[in-house]
Amino acid sequence: MEYHLTTPVTREDLAALRAGDAVLLSGTVYTARDAAHARLCAALDAGEAPPFPLEGSAIYYVGPTPARDGEVIGSAGPTTSGRMDSFSPRLLKLGQLLMIGKGRRSAAVKEAIVRCGGAYLGAVGGAGALMAAGIKESELVCWEDLGCEAVRALRVENLPLTVIIDPQGNDLYDLGPEAYLASLK
Amino acid sequence: MRTISASAIRDAVAQLCIRANRTLPPDVAQALSAAAAAEPWPTARRSLQLLQENLALADERQIPICQDTGLACVFLELGQDVHIDGALEEAVNSGIRAGYLDGYLRCSVVADPLRRVNTGDNTPGVLTVHLVPGDVCRLTVLPKGFGSENMSRLQMLTPAQGVEGVRQFVLDTVRAAGPNPCPPIVLGVGIGGTFDKVAALAKHALLRPLNEPNPDPWYAALERQWLEEINALGIGPQGFGGKTTALGLAIETAPTHVAGLPVAVNISCHVTRRASVEL
Repeated sequence: MEYHLTTPVTREDLAALRAGDAVLLSGTVYTARDAAHARLCAALDAGEAPPFPLEGSAIYYVGPTPARDGEVIGSAGPTTSGRMDSFSPRLLKLGQLLMIGKGRRSAAVKEAIVRCGGAYLGAVGGAGALMAAGIKESELVCWEDLGCEAVRALRVENLPLTVIIDPQGNDLYDLGPEAYLASLK
Repeated sequence: MRTISASAIRDAVAQLCIRANRTLPPDVAQALSAAAAAEPWPTARRSLQLLQENLALADERQIPICQDTGLACVFLELGQDVHIDGALEEAVNSGIRAGYLDGYLRCSVVADPLRRVNTGDNTPGVLTVHLVPGDVCRLTVLPKGFGSENMSRLQMLTPAQGVEGVRQFVLDTVRAAGPNPCPPIVLGVGIGGTFDKVAALAKHALLRPLNEPNPDPWYAALERQWLEEINALGIGPQGFGGKTTALGLAIETAPTHVAGLPVAVNISCHVTRRASVEL
């Protein structure tokens, strides 16, 4: 199945998604990698408000290459999501619903996805030019000193993604290879 | 005695950093299209097509193929009859700085592994010099992404574990890496030497074009066999399932101690970039 979604999303928007479905995502997604996640959680520890609204939000694990003058962004494919595993359950509890990246997630993240009715979406790993084509605007939100790891608000149009972990906890990284191997028997 | 100026090395490194990050070497691009043609699983075929679209887009917009433009691994094959006029390491790093800043490449290097402040210009790179007879001066830049570097492994096996132990370690490493290193992957396998030497062998193996087998037919057969076994694991492009898990596997070996069998597997992604020039 192919779904069109626009952020901020609701639990209801995501309920029908299944691992392997295609999603074309529009709206605002926030970029954050390891360093930004650590600062975000430190801010929450200190009782501060998060630098962007978490409710229904999508966070894209990306550190783009610099844009040339007059361009929106350089290459912007996903980084390995597992490095955010220790932070994600807390953010999902606070309202985040979509995570965009590549690579396996921990059991704790999977449980948190099921609990909040969220989803983990895959961007095409290593396809930075292709993913950048879906990004129409980019604006710095905070922590410019982190360079490529700063938090940015990206306005995306039909960003091509794949459901890797759905709200029921099904994981495409298990189901996909199993289905292929079963087809050989 | 032939003299090469440090500034010529600087300029060459700068150009190689940019070229490597925007255009795949022909052997890797060919392996990718051959894999797409031979892929029986529809979702995997679609993924491989997307990767090819990405290559075309990067070329058209002259932007990096992948946003992780890597840590610059620079290899210098240097004839012992060559004199370098100026400071070599400084020239290499100054070339990396120019290439990454002028080429709009991402600067991903932190000055200290624990205190982690970005150097802002992707320096320093990792320079490996191989001294050879004659007066050749051949530079290669391999920008190494860390999604795949992080999934690489090294193990000191016992001699009794032999070829079967090495085979098992290679397959286990690929299985454990799963979708993380951006499959279809390329594998550099080092066998022998010492703890540090074996890692260097594995990295060096990534420099060999995918269509060039090991010159020793016995190892060439192992390369073919292990590649086939990896492509029977079912991980597939993006890890979503399929035949194409790896595009190539190269083995490099060195003599080792009677008591040891070091093995290292350096994983690289489908964007295995390298560019060379002879000065």
